[in-house]
Order: sequence, then C-alpha cells, then structure tokens
Amino acid sequence: MAARDSQPDPRIGRPEIEARRRAMALLARARRDELAGPVAARWPDHGARDLKPVETGLVMLRGRIGGDGAPFNLGEATVTRAVVELPTGERGFAHILGRDGETARLAAIADALWLREASRGGVEAAILAPIADRLAAETAKARAETAATRVDFFTLVRGEDAA
Amino acid sequence: MSALAFADPTFESQAAFRRIMRALSAPGTILACGEALAPPPPLARAAAATLLTLADFETPLWIAPSFPAAIGDYLAFHTGAPRAAAPDKAVFALVDLSADGLDLARFALGTAEYPDRSTTIVVQTASLDAGPRLRLTGPGVRGEAQLAVASLPADFAAQWAEIRAGFPLGVDLVFAADARLAALPRSTAIIEGAR
Repeated sequence: MAARDSQPDPRIGRPEIEARRRAMALLARARRDELAGPVAARWPDHGARDLKPVETGLVMLRGRIGGDGAPFNLGEATVTRAVVELPTGERGFAHILGRDGETARLAAIADALWLREASRGGVEAAILAPIADRLAAETAKARAETAATRVDFFTLVRGEDAA
Repeated sequence: MSALAFADPTFESQAAFRRIMRALSAPGTILACGEALAPPPPLARAAAATLLTLADFETPLWIAPSFPAAIGDYLAFHTGAPRAAAPDKAVFALVDLSADGLDLARFALGTAEYPDRSTTIVVQTASLDAGPRLRLTGPGVRGEAQLAVASLPADFAAQWAEIRAGFPLGVDLVFAADARLAALPRSTAIIEGAR
C-alpha cells in the first residue's frame, strides 16, 4: 500500500466524498444504542442483507510524532467490518473498533440508508446529529478537565542576570 | 441483488486452496470445488472459487471480454483485485474457452530471474471429460494421466509444446467446469499424437 501513502486518492476533497467520509466517521464512533433505536423505530423494514459475512480482524495503526514526523507503525487495533446491501441496491460499509459485529452491521445499514436520497435526511437527524453532539460534548469535557490541570510556568529573574 | 461469495471465508477458502493445490500437484486429477457458491452467470462455480481464494489486492486480474461487466464487479468487490490492462500484465486471468479461445502467448510467461511472475489462467469450459483427450506426463503424474477438456483450440498441444520449450518460463492453467476443476501446470508435458 506504499503507493497509496505517497499519492493521496484524487477523490479526496470532492464534496460528495467528504460528506460520506463525515457520515462514515461518525457511524464508526457510534454506540450500539445510538444506532439500534433509530433504525428499529424509523426503518424497521430496511431489508438489508450481508454482502460479506461480518468479520473481525486487525488493522495496523500508523502514527507520526508531532503530526509531521516519519510515519511508523504504532500497533494493531481490533476492527470489525460489515458490508450490507439494501433491496434498492445501496451498499453500506462500516468499520468499528472492537468486536461487536451487531454494531458494525447497524452502522453499515445506517450508511446504506444515508446513501439513499429518501432516507438521508432522517439518518442525519436521528442518528448522525446525536452522535456528533455526544462526541462534541465528550471532547469539550476532556478539554475542560485538561485545562483545569494546566500549569503556567514562569521564570523568576535569576541573580546572575541582574547585573 | 449482488451475488455473495464464501459464507465462511476463512474455512471455505482454505478448503478451496487445498483442492487447487491438489489439482496442480497431480495434473489431470478432477476435483470438486466451489459447490456451495452461487456466482453470477456465466461464471463457473469452480472458477469463482479459484479466484475468490487466490486473488487479492496485489494480484491484477484480466477478464476476457466475453464475460459481462457483472463478473468483473463481482470479483472486484469480493477479492479487491485490480483489473489488469492487458493479459500479459495479469497475475490471474479468466477465460471462457467456448467464447474466447485460448492464445497462451498473450499472457505473462515470467522472466528468467523471476519465472513466477507469470499469469495463472483460470480457463472455464463446459466439461473436463467430454473433449479431445490429452495425455499428460510429468511431475505429479504416475506414468500417464488423461484430461479431456471441452472446446480446447485445435492447436493447443502445439501451443503448449512451444511454451514448454521456454521452461521454467510458462503459464499454469486451472480448468473449471461448473463445480469441478483440474489443472495443467507448466511442468506437465502433453504427449503428442493422442487423438
């Protein structure tokens, strides 16, 4: 996959691709109850079926020191993947951290429903917006907790400098 | 609705791998493979099993033009294999004997340094025991084996002899008829005058 690292995919940045990336990124961080409730309540007859069996595997996480150092392999993470298809032909994909296959399948179903014009708005409002709100709140809480422990260092004038 | 691949990818692809390896190591042996698959027509089950097992994102796949686009989509979705621009750039190739014929010299034969950089051709046909009889000999064959692949081109034995003159360069063939497969690796010789 070295070629992919050195040459970014030309599709990155196109608005429809970025919108899907945003939706899939939120679904990847969804909790099961955030998916199961809305899917069961609003699309009980979605009719999605697995195109590939739900599988759990490992992905190598890559990191860079400070965000711009040389990339290195940080370690492996357990990831579960699901691919589903709606009767109308939309294919939903999802990867989630961990081994919860049912959450991965629900996330893939939500992705497929998002792809369908008729249900995109519903997915945005009932599934994506609550996840985005929760993530924003968690980030803000972590920031606030971190800020409370901040120490501002300052240096007193030392004797030898005050000549 | 899109067609599905192996229901249990780990174990079913291992079982198929075992059969493919057995077929390649005992040329002429006909083995069942891919019985549980339901690939989109006209892809044979054994051909689908072979490619689903062996092809991945690192192995460019060339598909003969007689196959409909749905076959390419099916294999791309389930294997992740990129499409090769030409047969001699392919690691795996899929050919239908009745529609495409077979011209072995079009495919990659490997290089002297890397004879393994060649094309493994999955050849789909109607039958493995109703065609002109080929008499096989070589490693993995005790004495002589027979294979009767339907719709083989008339000059196949001559083509094979020509390719074999460049051994260890060459191609390996996996013949697939519905859910049965047999193989003809480059190490196998066809005894002339068999018909």
